[in-house]
Amino acid sequence: MADSPVNVGLFVTCLVDLFRPSVGFATVKLLEDAGCIVHVPDTQTCCGQPAYNSGSRNDAKDLGRNVIAAFQDFDYVVAPSGSCAAMIREHYPRLFADDPAMADKAKRVADKTFELTSFLADVRKVTSVGAKFNAVAAYHDSCSGLRELGVREQPRYLLASVEGLEVKDLEKGDACCGFGGTFCVKYPEISDEMVTRKTSDITATGADTVLAGDLGCLMNIAGKLKRDGSNIAVRHVAEVLAGDDGTPPIAGGER
Amino acid sequence: MKATAHDFKNAASKALKDDNLRQALHRVETGFAGNRAAAISRLPEFHDLRDEGVAIKMHVLDHLDYYLERFEQKVIETGGQVHWCTTPKEARDTILELCRSVDAKTCTKGKSMIAEEIALNPFLEENGVLPIETDLGEYIIQLADEPPSHIIGPAVHKTKDQISDLFFEHHQKYGKTERQSDGRMLVNEAREILRQKYIDADVGITGANFLIAETGSTVIVTNEGNGDLTQSLPKMHIVIASLEKVIPTMEDASTILRLLARSATGQEFSVYTTFSTGPRRDDDLDGPGSFHVVLLDNGRSKLAGSEDRELLRCIRCGACMNHCPVYHAVGGHAYGWVYPGPIGAALDPHFIGIEEARHLPNASTFCGRCEDVCPMRIPLPSILRRWRERAFESNVTPPAERFGVGAWAWLAKHPAFYRVGTRLAVRGLSLLGGRRKRIAKLPLAGGWTATRDLPAPAGQTFQDQWRRQRGRSA
Ligand code: SF4
Repeated sequence: MADSPVNVGLFVTCLVDLFRPSVGFATVKLLEDAGCIVHVPDTQTCCGQPAYNSGSRNDAKDLGRNVIAAFQDFDYVVAPSGSCAAMIREHYPRLFADDPAMADKAKRVADKTFELTSFLADVRKVTSVGAKFNAVAAYHDSCSGLRELGVREQPRYLLASVEGLEVKDLEKGDACCGFGGTFCVKYPEISDEMVTRKTSDITATGADTVLAGDLGCLMNIAGKLKRDGSNIAVRHVAEVLAGDDGTPPIAGGER
Repeated sequence: MKATAHDFKNAASKALKDDNLRQALHRVETGFAGNRAAAISRLPEFHDLRDEGVAIKMHVLDHLDYYLERFEQKVIETGGQVHWCTTPKEARDTILELCRSVDAKTCTKGKSMIAEEIALNPFLEENGVLPIETDLGEYIIQLADEPPSHIIGPAVHKTKDQISDLFFEHHQKYGKTERQSDGRMLVNEAREILRQKYIDADVGITGANFLIAETGSTVIVTNEGNGDLTQSLPKMHIVIASLEKVIPTMEDASTILRLLARSATGQEFSVYTTFSTGPRRDDDLDGPGSFHVVLLDNGRSKLAGSEDRELLRCIRCGACMNHCPVYHAVGGHAYGWVYPGPIGAALDPHFIGIEEARHLPNASTFCGRCEDVCPMRIPLPSILRRWRERAFESNVTPPAERFGVGAWAWLAKHPAFYRVGTRLAVRGLSLLGGRRKRIAKLPLAGGWTATRDLPAPAGQTFQDQWRRQRGRSA
């Protein structure tokens, strides 16, 4: 692990802020354990994805400007989400490419923004998290993390160091769970078909827990499992890496 | 083809309840996609080949006029003729005129998406020329009177039982009174019936995977050999192709062919790759008496100059739909126009307008698998997003959605209000969730809660808890 402490701005994401604060605290613990000083700017709100993906480019740019202003002074920006990290890292530079006043700033913030597990494994070279968690967990790769940021091995590598945990791969690991932000409310039937396929795939592994790095996917999967009466526990990977088994899972895990 | 893309949601909903379709679509997901992955793992230089393919196509797009003119010149030199058509109507009229010039009563037809694009079959039929599809999949859907649901497997939405029913119904007039249910037997029956049609046809119409500028050749790939019979037996061979199909050299064709078969079906190479260069020469044993290329623009020269020009790199391999979870769920017909799946969602609005096609670019999670597998590296999600932006700018996006996005964005642009708003929302949702922490019904989120619970939040935002724990400092 690198010696000198680094200043990390935590982009907590709106879903974590609203629905699952425990992921935020787990993230802080992991970052601090990895020698970082964590800052949580209180002017942060949303990365702009809902607007960007709905075609409202101007709103997306306004929100992007806000994020860039709030985070530009940190050494790194870390988000417990592949999709928000990809928005900042991959899409901000495109969003501001034709805006001379912002292009450089956007690029600089983009280059230092990371998804949590990728930051820990790739940047901070964390090899073991020293946590304990008794479960057999299926791992769901979120599409943005997987395809836009190349996050696949990092969470598995870190999870391998968790005592008591066994990780299983899904048969169709690269299939989308059907969340897709506003997609799931605009096309609920198609979304439901997709999440149904995903939860069958999860169930087929025989795992008692499902983990992922994105709360959107997790809420979708949890909502479906719960409606179907499944008791599979749904958790964000950060909680497990931080050894947080005290917070009840997003769904399932009732004894 | 009349567009029904505006009805995507209803069509998708019906498709999701169609058990035969679901059974048929399962093959797309496991068969095509699985075979592609295996084929690519056997060719380590596949991704370099992709770069070469992209470079070839970009070069052509930058010099489209030059290569098309060169192609025409070569076609003329080898005794053929090129007909430049700006609109589908011009293309249809040209083809009909050519058919009439040889008094055609029937024409055999190889698979062609351009023929679908210009709605050729119904037009020919209305005008006394009976088109007979010779690609097995196309033949099946012609019997069923349906459009193709996939660009390389037009009848992929049909189960074997459905095909057996169709053949039984339509082949009795040929004396086939026994119902076949074995795949092999079904193919043999179709082959036997088609054999005579090839011989009787006056004109053979095929599409083209490539037009080769250096030789004036047109190229088709098939797995059934039907294209060869279609084009070499009749008096006249008409090739119908859109103008972006042109590539400079034979060498380029071989590069892209290596990408095409692997991406499409996972084959190393298609079973038949047929090059046609002009009509029959004096010392040829067979071949058509005349050779015509109908070259369709239909908006493509304009598209070539637009920000979406990368769409013209498409080689119609079908990989994007074979890997698309939305296509897997609803099939090709729901898209409501000629091209389904991700390429259709990005391309169709250029032809039928964003108002008609509004749903297509929206019905995507941006999961990115299409771009990942596209041999021509077409940034499909980015193009879909651009359509959403155009829809938003031109007020095609429905008011409720605009309002929702606008309200959220306003709140998110005002962090102080945002904090209060989220604090209240979390409290409200948490109360709704009750002791079991699940919300089974929520106004405005009915789409979600009809089939899923909404996990209820904890009661306080992260920001509030964090500030309480660590004080005001950031
Ligand atoms: S967009 Fe790409 S993957 Fe889809 S059909 Fe065209 S070339 Fe194939």
